[in-house]
Amino acid sequence: MNSLTGTRTLVRLALRRDRIMLPVWVVVLGLVPASTAGAYDQLYPEAKDRASLAVGGNNPAVAVLYGKAYDLTTAGGFTAWRYGVFLGVFIGLMATFTVMRHTRSEEDTGRLELLSAGVLGRNASLTAAVLVSGGASILIGLVQVLAMAGSGLSATGSLALGAGVAACGLVFTGVAAIAAQVFTYSRTANGVSCAVIGVLFLLRAVGDSSPSAQWASWLSPIGWIELSRPFAGERFWVLLLPLVLAGLLVAVAFQLQPRRDVGAGLVPPRPGPATAAAGLRSPFALAWRLHRGPLIGWTLAMLVIGGVFGAIATGIGDLVGSSEQTRVMFERMGGAQGIVDAYIGALGGIYGLTAGVYAVQATLRMRAEESALLLEPLLATKVTRGRWAASHLAFAILGPAVLLAAVGLGTGLTYGLRIHDVGTQVPRVLGATLAQLPAVLVMAALAALLFGLLPNLTGLSWAVLTVFLLITLFGPILQVSQAVLDVSPFSHVPKLPAAAFTATPLLWLTGIAVVVFAGAFAGFRRRDIG
Amino acid sequence: MTTAISVSGLVKTFGRTRALDGLDLTVRTGEVHGFLGPNGAGKSTTIRVLLGLLRADSGDVTLLDGNPWHDVAALHRRLAYVPGDVALWPTLSGGEVIDLLGRLRGGLDAKRRADLLERFELDPTKKGRTYSKGNRQKVALVAALASDVELLLLDEPTSGLDPVMEAVFQECINEERERGRTVLLSSHILAEVEALCDRVSIIRDGRTVESGTLSELRHLTRTSITAELAGAPNGLADLPGVHDLKAEGDRVKFEVDSDKLDAVLQALARTGVRSLTSQPPTLEELFLRHYADELAPNGKHTAAVSR
Ligand SMILES: Nc1ncnc2c1ncn2[C@@H]1O[C@H](COP(=O)(O)OP(=O)(O)OP(=O)(O)O)[C@@H](O)[C@H]1O
Ligand SMILES: [Mg+2]
Repeated sequence: MNSLTGTRTLVRLALRRDRIMLPVWVVVLGLVPASTAGAYDQLYPEAKDRASLAVGGNNPAVAVLYGKAYDLTTAGGFTAWRYGVFLGVFIGLMATFTVMRHTRSEEDTGRLELLSAGVLGRNASLTAAVLVSGGASILIGLVQVLAMAGSGLSATGSLALGAGVAACGLVFTGVAAIAAQVFTYSRTANGVSCAVIGVLFLLRAVGDSSPSAQWASWLSPIGWIELSRPFAGERFWVLLLPLVLAGLLVAVAFQLQPRRDVGAGLVPPRPGPATAAAGLRSPFALAWRLHRGPLIGWTLAMLVIGGVFGAIATGIGDLVGSSEQTRVMFERMGGAQGIVDAYIGALGGIYGLTAGVYAVQATLRMRAEESALLLEPLLATKVTRGRWAASHLAFAILGPAVLLAAVGLGTGLTYGLRIHDVGTQVPRVLGATLAQLPAVLVMAALAALLFGLLPNLTGLSWAVLTVFLLITLFGPILQVSQAVLDVSPFSHVPKLPAAAFTATPLLWLTGIAVVVFAGAFAGFRRRDIG
Repeated sequence: MTTAISVSGLVKTFGRTRALDGLDLTVRTGEVHGFLGPNGAGKSTTIRVLLGLLRADSGDVTLLDGNPWHDVAALHRRLAYVPGDVALWPTLSGGEVIDLLGRLRGGLDAKRRADLLERFELDPTKKGRTYSKGNRQKVALVAALASDVELLLLDEPTSGLDPVMEAVFQECINEERERGRTVLLSSHILAEVEALCDRVSIIRDGRTVESGTLSELRHLTRTSITAELAGAPNGLADLPGVHDLKAEGDRVKFEVDSDKLDAVLQALARTGVRSLTSQPPTLEELFLRHYADELAPNGKHTAAVSR
């Protein structure tokens, strides 16, 4: 038996377990870029429209989110600009979740031990996870190339974009493989990998938007996708960077693997106190222990993100302030009048969605506790179901409020400092971010409803959030109908500070959240645990 | 109150699986009641219904004079539960879990907690998964035994304990009995059941097949007899309760239902007995008869002995 014995079996097992998830990733990520090809010609039929688009696309405020635009006069260049960065982030998430599900999570649940007792080489599990995640990345890239070339975009450009995205997936496969070795629990390993994705996204955001720090984009594998310039004079050699890095990362993961035991990480767990602190005596105190780590991490991350985006906001007004075409562009992005205000309004939407990710994660913690058999012993005490759920939902409700405040504070502070007007800007920006809270609560409530009524389908919460995200990010620029836009609660939030504040939609959203939460509680009180 | 748990006609289905199919169970106050049955018989499901974690489809369930689905908070103050699969929070130490569960139950006895930790040789400073299976079980056991409750619901609490710890566990349960507490103990360890339980209920496929004291149950099973007779064993095979008769000349070997023993011995005596050995049923045989399909004659012995 060599160290790879059983890899084939594990790959087959992984493909079977992921027979729904992986195809969804492949189809969505594979077909999204090709879908703009047709829309581009409809939305920007004339050279005039395209020129105005190019002006808007080169605006640093837009570049923060979407990356640098190299050539917006062709459908291909538009596609690469509009989706390159997001595809990099999402394929990174795909790779992280896939690798973790088949390495760390398997160890957490003890399933791997069961398998290892059979005939499995010591490297089989990691190899299988890397093969599945890497294979999926390559497949996604391939589908993208075929779909884009098939819909009439240039074959060379399609190849560059597809290969860049796939290579980015390989890099994050390596990142996740290392995280899975270093950290003891999949929750931590997942969190760290996602944080790496976030940092690399920010790095390229800085590089793409500040002429003095362009090198920062070169430090980010997500930046490499655009730096290979798909549809704008391809530089295929740039793609060597992710390939080499991915190889190195995976090699490091395999080096680390033998240095630890199955089920353990490289960071050894420290002993804890022999008795509980006096405060650990309520379900809420327990929920705080479980949620505080992620909440603190998220809060710091949001502060930093806000700080970066706020600092970038400064130059926007000066750079493109007078261009009427840019204004149109911003309005299409979902913004309103003043350029900076429109930028802040657009950021607000993104912040809201990000807080939505936290809200879903915090809500689904309930399901994770239940599946890990940690709920049963609590409900066997005098703790009622309602109280237990309320103590977790407190974090799903207050957590996003904290995050939106943090990100608003970060953005307002750095922007205010740059324009020497902290006193006005902080409350303005805070208002814009906190206005997202009702929409975030609707998202949390939907996740809670799934938990209360259909606990086996709580994963659908992520699908719902993704739909909202696609609508908010790409709906306006693709000019989808208002009915479709209305599906997402985030579409109903007034785009502060430019737009006038209207309480009505916020009250409606809050009301909907309350009703849905009530339904979630009612369902959870009635259903079987387990 | 003389009945701590009374369940009758309990039905619980999961989709198409009928996990409990008219289960009956009576546990008297102050007794240690063994709850036995093959894997998948429905023991854990029954205990979950008793805890109000699962909602029964039909049947009557009374726990400490209350309804386990509706009177959750009031009832749970008075009971402690040790699950079959003990899971611990990765970031909490064993000591923290013991304190937390005890406090949520309404307080725990610090002296008893210290005493139990020592007897079970449990290190309370380790965290979550760094405990072995047996030690995770000890965490749950200490949390349950250190609480001041009337009823203990234990679902295979010793499946991971070593023999020394098993002995400690048995001591602890005997102390609980002396304090007048009621224990429902699901277990696959027959020696433990024999040592601890006042009465047992055996269930199979979600139905109660036997219930009573161990001696009553023994009475329901077969004794093996080997005898050398004075003459041919005529008509022995036709006697009620005689099974698997093998005759070689004057020597016979057979099994007889323990409640028909008297009649059969009289028949043998009429023929004349030169030598006879009888072997009472072992506990294993008793259980195997109910656990394994081929050994359990349909319905013939499935009447409950006593209530
Ligand atoms: N949540 C569930 N969903 C579907 N089926 C279930 C569920 N829980 C239990 N079952 C089924 O109900 C039956 C009884 O299971 P239960 O866990 O009560 O058995 P048990 O007597 O405790 O067995 P063991 O000795 O192995 O612990 C089994 O067939 C099991 O598969
Ligand atoms: Mg069980």
